Amino acid sequence: MPKIKMPRSAPSIDMTPMVDLAFLLVTFFMLSANFRETEPVQVDTPSSISETIIPKNVIMVTVGEKGHVFFNITGADTRRDLLAAMGDKYNVKFTEEQAENFLKMTSFGCRMADMPKYLDMTTEERKRQVEVPGFVGIPADTARANELRDWISLGNSLAMKYGKDQYEEALTKDPNAIADDFKPKFILKVDSKALYVYAKNVIDIFRDLNLNNLNFVTNLEGNPNGSASSEKKEE
Amino acid sequence: MAEIAEGGGGGGGHKGGKKRAKKQSTRIDMTPMVDLAFLLLTFFVLTSTFSKAKVMSLVYPAKPEPNQEMPEQKIFNAITFIVTEDKLFYYKGEFYPVGNPKGEPPTQLSETNFGPDGVRKLLADGNRYVIEEKAKLDERAAKTNLPDSIYKKEMIAMKKDDRALKVLIKTDTKATCKNFIDLIDELKIANIGVIAPVDLMQDEDNLLKAKTQ
Repeated sequence: MPKIKMPRSAPSIDMTPMVDLAFLLVTFFMLSANFRETEPVQVDTPSSISETIIPKNVIMVTVGEKGHVFFNITGADTRRDLLAAMGDKYNVKFTEEQAENFLKMTSFGCRMADMPKYLDMTTEERKRQVEVPGFVGIPADTARANELRDWISLGNSLAMKYGKDQYEEALTKDPNAIADDFKPKFILKVDSKALYVYAKNVIDIFRDLNLNNLNFVTNLEGNPNGSASSEKKEE
Repeated sequence: MAEIAEGGGGGGGHKGGKKRAKKQSTRIDMTPMVDLAFLLLTFFVLTSTFSKAKVMSLVYPAKPEPNQEMPEQKIFNAITFIVTEDKLFYYKGEFYPVGNPKGEPPTQLSETNFGPDGVRKLLADGNRYVIEEKAKLDERAAKTNLPDSIYKKEMIAMKKDDRALKVLIKTDTKATCKNFIDLIDELKIANIGVIAPVDLMQDEDNLLKAKTQ
């Protein structure tokens, strides 16, 4: 009888399923990832144990390290109307193109008088504005014209109006829609190193407008007691 | 790693035949592609889980009307924190300035820190009532499958109880936002429901200046 010869071949694995899966996951994460929006100022937020994810409808005020104030609001309709309302109030005219740029922007920080010039800039130029001497962001102190107060109060009433429309629309599809989800939430994004008095100034504007429920943007850090909802053990 | 194919797919039975022409393999070395795929995968997995911004909610007390008198509230279990640059001071109960009409000894500030042995221990001791009640409630919830709404309601009631610790936060001009948020964070860890950021009084500022100089 002849010897049975084992077929000699290099040890090999069929990698096709693995590659399939890898690419599937890559595709999934690529599509589901949303990248950090480019902000005109770099803000290093403090950390906390809070696990609440940032809500969808927000009015966000950013306080930079040096106390510069930036404003941001979500919702294309709200933004368009808000710019028009602020333009009316401060007698500033905007071109069609400038209004279009305003919709594409995220946070912004400039005086109403400089707004048309600011809107003509590129994102990179806006980022560099912080280094320009004499940069103030949005004027927020009570001594001068308090533009931040107007941004917040006009923005809030417009966001409430559009939120109400959206809620009524959502109700027709889902009778269990929660009205609160459509109301704007107030977010404060403060830099760790910024003095608290700068943030307090902004907080006081919110409180003056009777908007008392504020949210601070924070990084997630580990809870010493395990998950935030788990019970606290006594030492 | 990848396959070094020896002989095509067409059955390995025949040996040493005339089929010499089919020597070149049709398979492609997939290693670089797989490397890249996994690199991208790792990148997206890491970035998408870690960059989600979280928010911490803080409800401020409503501003009183200008001509409305604040009702005199009896403070049962309160602690006042005074935050300054990377330092933390506190006193318990009410503030008594030097030579107060009630004849109480003047309030002294004590120093603590943001570490686990400092403020966390202090708050856990002060808020013992809530922590113990919460443990009982958790136990009950685990046994009886308590609905979420009732659980939340009981937690709120518990935190508003006279025996629960109430916290006042005062900041001086040198405090940073990090100091403030760190303190709020500690309060949340200790399950404190009533948090009131208020303005610093002149007497307290003087005490603070004496302490920090």
